[in-house]
Amino acid sequence: MTALLELNGLTKAYPGVVANDDVSLVIQPGEVHALLGENGAGKSTLVKMIYGLVKPDSGEMRLRGERFTPAEPRAARAAGVAMVFQHFSLFEALDVAENIALGMENPPKMRDLAAEITRVSNAYGLPLDPARLVGDLSAGERQRVEIIRCLLQNPKLLIMDEPTSVLTPQEVEILFQTLEKLRSEGTSILYISHKLEEIRRLCDAATILRLGKNVGTCDPRQETARAMAEMMVGQVLHVPERTPHATAEVALELRNLSVKSPSAFGTSLKDVSLTVQKGEVLGIGGVAGNGQDELTAALSGEVLAGPGQIMFDGADVAGLGPNARRALGLLAAPEERLGHAAAPDMSLTENAVLTGTVRKSLTKNGFLNWAGARSFAEEVIKGFDVRTPGAHTAARALSGGNLQKYVIGREILQKPELLVVNQPTWGVDAAAAAAIRQALLDLAAEGAAIVVISQDLDELMEISDRFAALNEGRLTKPVPAKGLTVDQIGLMMGGAHDMEAAS
Amino acid sequence: MDLSAINPTLLVAALMVASTPIILAAIGEMVVEKAGVLNLGVEGMMIVGAICGFAIAVETGSPFWGFAAAALGGAVLSLLFGVLTQYFLSNQVATGLGLTLFGLGLSALMGQGYVGIRPPEMGKIEVPVLSDLPFFGPVLSNQDAMVYVALLLVMATWVVLRFTRAGLVLRAVGENHDAAHALGYKVVRVRMMAIFFGGACAGLGGAYLSLIRVPQWTEGMTAGAGWIALAIVVFGAWRPFRVLLGAYLFGGVTVLQLNLQAAGANIPVEYLSMSPYLITIAVLVIMSSGKAKAALNAPACLGRQFHASS
Repeated sequence: MTALLELNGLTKAYPGVVANDDVSLVIQPGEVHALLGENGAGKSTLVKMIYGLVKPDSGEMRLRGERFTPAEPRAARAAGVAMVFQHFSLFEALDVAENIALGMENPPKMRDLAAEITRVSNAYGLPLDPARLVGDLSAGERQRVEIIRCLLQNPKLLIMDEPTSVLTPQEVEILFQTLEKLRSEGTSILYISHKLEEIRRLCDAATILRLGKNVGTCDPRQETARAMAEMMVGQVLHVPERTPHATAEVALELRNLSVKSPSAFGTSLKDVSLTVQKGEVLGIGGVAGNGQDELTAALSGEVLAGPGQIMFDGADVAGLGPNARRALGLLAAPEERLGHAAAPDMSLTENAVLTGTVRKSLTKNGFLNWAGARSFAEEVIKGFDVRTPGAHTAARALSGGNLQKYVIGREILQKPELLVVNQPTWGVDAAAAAAIRQALLDLAAEGAAIVVISQDLDELMEISDRFAALNEGRLTKPVPAKGLTVDQIGLMMGGAHDMEAAS
Repeated sequence: MDLSAINPTLLVAALMVASTPIILAAIGEMVVEKAGVLNLGVEGMMIVGAICGFAIAVETGSPFWGFAAAALGGAVLSLLFGVLTQYFLSNQVATGLGLTLFGLGLSALMGQGYVGIRPPEMGKIEVPVLSDLPFFGPVLSNQDAMVYVALLLVMATWVVLRFTRAGLVLRAVGENHDAAHALGYKVVRVRMMAIFFGGACAGLGGAYLSLIRVPQWTEGMTAGAGWIALAIVVFGAWRPFRVLLGAYLFGGVTVLQLNLQAAGANIPVEYLSMSPYLITIAVLVIMSSGKAKAALNAPACLGRQFHASS
């Protein structure tokens, strides 16, 4: 049997970095092949070459034994290669059918296409209404749009880039059933992920990339998740240590917090109530777009709430802006690193001033204290092992993981009483993620209260004392994180607000 | 003052003429913005179109060749903007403003020998049947060809954007250029074509001013029409028929205030002259004040730099 796709010695270099160095792999027909690796290991570049977005410098690809050199995505699609992107491929202001038509070579008339979408989506257990605007869909539904767009072209090879990062456990289950149905029909799948348990469950073979090189191929069912993780990182992983420190003192109390979302496609918060104790880590889970950004904004003070809805240390802070809250010790690190947590084109020193000026007294009579700012930035760089030439470097020049360490470290070193972080380790490699989690736990051990908003359930289970979930802007009652099962979490994320159903 | 001197039929007929340059420029700019490009050089392209059209019409004696030259002149100027912003990645706002200043200067230079000349006249088209209707006859029939061209252009733009694949790709490029690129669409090529179309439309609008509405050549004769076209696109929420409505409103108030001036209304002339600008903007702002709705229709990549880095 000839292999479906064979890559031989693919190399692609960008100025200053070799993204792929002599990578080879083989995908058999009807095989689910995992591509594993840290951020920056070269997974994206590799699949972009297969999909015709990037041309390899050297090496060859063979599809069903024949030379395969797609000049553009159109050619790759015509050859039977389809791709579900992680980001950047849907148009929010267009409807589902229009989005799908854009990904097809010769789309039928809109009316026929709508019928076809309904038929295929039902056949694969992924119901979808072709007339809805994509901007109104949940993350899980948006992914369905991408998958259906691929399936309508009967692909031989389906490339999926981190498909489960935005899904609830139940949605992951549905996705896996769809993928298994595809495999049984003979479609091969190249599955990119760093979630090892998923790969062990779903995939027949795995190729592991580190720093652009293929460091091994294995059968994921025979390996432990830990062994694969260490192949991926190239070092022994450090698991964060945790000892519960919750005290009886309440740091933060939300009383029926209701906030209207500032964006057209956002989710408004509805009657969110919770308390966080000093020394406690409260984890807030939920599928993206269920009010996470709004909750972060309401807590940081970017969006103001009604009187009495946010009590911090017994005082009403609902009407105070971010700087006033910082002065009291309520700090926040939002999700988007570039553009929200940090100004991309400003140096690390300048970025240190932007949030640190209140608590670190970096301004005096309206003038900046540059020496103080620089030493504060250097303190963060040193304390959090941020890899950068120095504090004068622009934030944009740092890799995602390093910038995230800097952004979180900047808040932690201001000694907050309460720290709110949104997606603290999103897109960060495993070693940096472990360091960030450890830093958060250390901060809690010193008596600060911490609210971690994240879509990474493993992370929340690892560091939280209590867990709650956001669903359509409502928050479930927080429950102790220890001993929660995946089913219970799934129910909470799916909107079972009454925990009696789950416990 | 004597309001009875104002004849509503003639007023509406004049309104059609007064709004045509704005319709042409605005519909072109709307297509450009739908593709995600903000070209603030409309005023400059209009005035270059005005002098190109005027000069060629005078030299050849044919208004038709005048309009063709105007479209070409505006489009060539827009290509300058396109090359700078799309290939050299210059800032769109600054480049657009520069284009306006450049266009004003260039047109003054080109027009030196054409001051005080009358251009050849363009024939009116009498539409059979329609011209016999009581009120609509004089309004809709017996206008010059460009009035109909402008209306057809609005219709065609709506149809293309709404129902064709080319329109879908154009909207997709303006909505999310990274996604469009990932799907294999040529973002820069689509945008260059949109910019070219926008330039041609602005040129036609300018020539309509110098050949029909005024009709003669004076320096700076567009007098802010390009800026009004830009405002109408935004407040018309990037919808062809709202843009048309905005242009009619502007044309209508312009004609009305001229009539009021002629009728000797008891309002200072300065206020009357500024009224079309104020009223058009005010009405359009109120119409598009639903924040969420306007945001939904705005092309999400408007004015953003695209560079295919990967």
